[in-house]
Amino acid sequence: MNKNVNIKNLIIEKPLKLDCGQTINDFPLAYETYGALNEKKDNAILIFHALTGDQFVSGINPITKKDGWWSYAVGAGKAIDTDKYFVICANVIGGCMGSFGPSNTNSKTNKIYGTNFPVITINDMVNAQYNLLDFFKIEKLFAVTGGSMGGMQVLQFVSNFPNKVKVAIPIACTSSHSAQNIAFNELGRQSIMADANWTGGDYSNQNKNPDKGLSVARMAAHITYLSKNGLQEKFGRKLQERDYLKFSFDADFQIESYLRHQGSVFVDRFDANSYLYITRAMDYFDLIKEYGGNLSKAFAKTKTKFLVISFTSDWLYPTSENKEIVIALNAIGADVGFVEIESDKGHDSFLLNIPEFLDTLKDYINTSYLKN
Amino acid sequence: MKQEFQIIANLVEKNTKILDVGCGDGTLMEFLKNNKEINIRGIELSKNKVQKCIGKGLTVIEGDAEKDLGQFPDGSFDFVILSQTLQAFLNPEKVISELLRVGKKAIVTIPNFGYWKVRLHLLIKGTMPITRTLPDEWYNTPNLHMCTIKDFFNFCKDRKINLYKSIALQNLKSSKITNTNIGLKNLTAVLGIFLLEK
Repeated sequence: MNKNVNIKNLIIEKPLKLDCGQTINDFPLAYETYGALNEKKDNAILIFHALTGDQFVSGINPITKKDGWWSYAVGAGKAIDTDKYFVICANVIGGCMGSFGPSNTNSKTNKIYGTNFPVITINDMVNAQYNLLDFFKIEKLFAVTGGSMGGMQVLQFVSNFPNKVKVAIPIACTSSHSAQNIAFNELGRQSIMADANWTGGDYSNQNKNPDKGLSVARMAAHITYLSKNGLQEKFGRKLQERDYLKFSFDADFQIESYLRHQGSVFVDRFDANSYLYITRAMDYFDLIKEYGGNLSKAFAKTKTKFLVISFTSDWLYPTSENKEIVIALNAIGADVGFVEIESDKGHDSFLLNIPEFLDTLKDYINTSYLKN
Repeated sequence: MKQEFQIIANLVEKNTKILDVGCGDGTLMEFLKNNKEINIRGIELSKNKVQKCIGKGLTVIEGDAEKDLGQFPDGSFDFVILSQTLQAFLNPEKVISELLRVGKKAIVTIPNFGYWKVRLHLLIKGTMPITRTLPDEWYNTPNLHMCTIKDFFNFCKDRKINLYKSIALQNLKSSKITNTNIGLKNLTAVLGIFLLEK
């Protein structure tokens, strides 16, 4: 997964003080761009990816050879139109698609970091990505957006850099990771750590890989991205390439086969330790606490315009949690719009082809840009 | 209803902050924005209409005015507008008090159930009136609390709500409503437009 072919890397020389207390410098931040930055440099959109995403937001991902993770939303003529806007997306630090992460080699020990990598936070992630603005000499981003953990980064970015964004669109996210979400993340982490091949996080140095554990973590997480109705409609009790139950523990049902497939393709593209680190960053995310129990204070200094979007069947980052962001913004008279999109596709909705969502996103971005 | 929008536009002052409660697809918001320099927000229950508003670049949140006005601090807006929606709420009394908490002033427009054609419809036909401003059948109307403009006039008086301006709209003609002519206006007006303050 770390074949650095076709990966653009920005080496960040400036020291970055992490929330855990450690300071890092001269570290790589892998990124990708789409479209062109105009002369006024006022058409840049920074997209933040979710837990298992990467910088390849559109087009064909050169590593996986599959469509970029947000291809429905980003591209020529799409909601985030790369013919008009300059789209930047970076792999988060802690990730495994070229940015500084636990699969990197520690130059001091010549060993792969593994769990010796510092624990990072959403705050650290956005502080690292802020360097992209200096690199591209962008004074102010036109927009920042992202779903799920990407949405958390949107909130953190605007609160850290209140004068650097015109429009912020957090999607299907939260301002404070809930107990339920921490619980699911912990389930995934325990599954990885229960795999004998994890070897205390040192597997890469020992030429092993906790495939089983990582794959079960992905399977469990994948269920949380869907909805009961969505699953029932797509799979029901349909059998997998058989007419009768086999009275065994084979994948009799299509849903079993589907989940196993999701798990097995995931281990080819994702580092188990990165999964631990990124889920930890999500769990530590609590913007409400960071601002003394008053989320409004996170946005008190900003004039950024917000559009919050949630989905009816998303039970992982439900509408109620997205609405808390809206309420906090309204309490300080911020410019905030909010819509809940009807969909039975669960949390995954933001990644899928849902016309009401994509049309709203497109129109909002285009009308907001015109008003610049 | 162009005439209603024009009267509302005349009532609001420029460089003010306005909330349109039940803003629908944003037609009034756009009209006001085009007519006056104002900062206007909307709240709307229907997803579909909220999406339309957002697509037009209007700042609108999806929400139920009966529950979601609570998130706005006291006096957040200079004007809060409620256009032809009061009768559709479960608890109009509470909505009015919320409007007057969130807004320094409120503009409320009321389709008049006391209009002579409405009265005549019920008198002659004996069925629930259907007119241009009351287009639905009794079984599918969103209107739960129909009232006449006289009802609303008295409602405000009883609660010591200050009626700054009361305007009767009769087709293309608008006129002032006063203590003495309310009985007549209640017969001739299709719509009542009220500017109120706590």
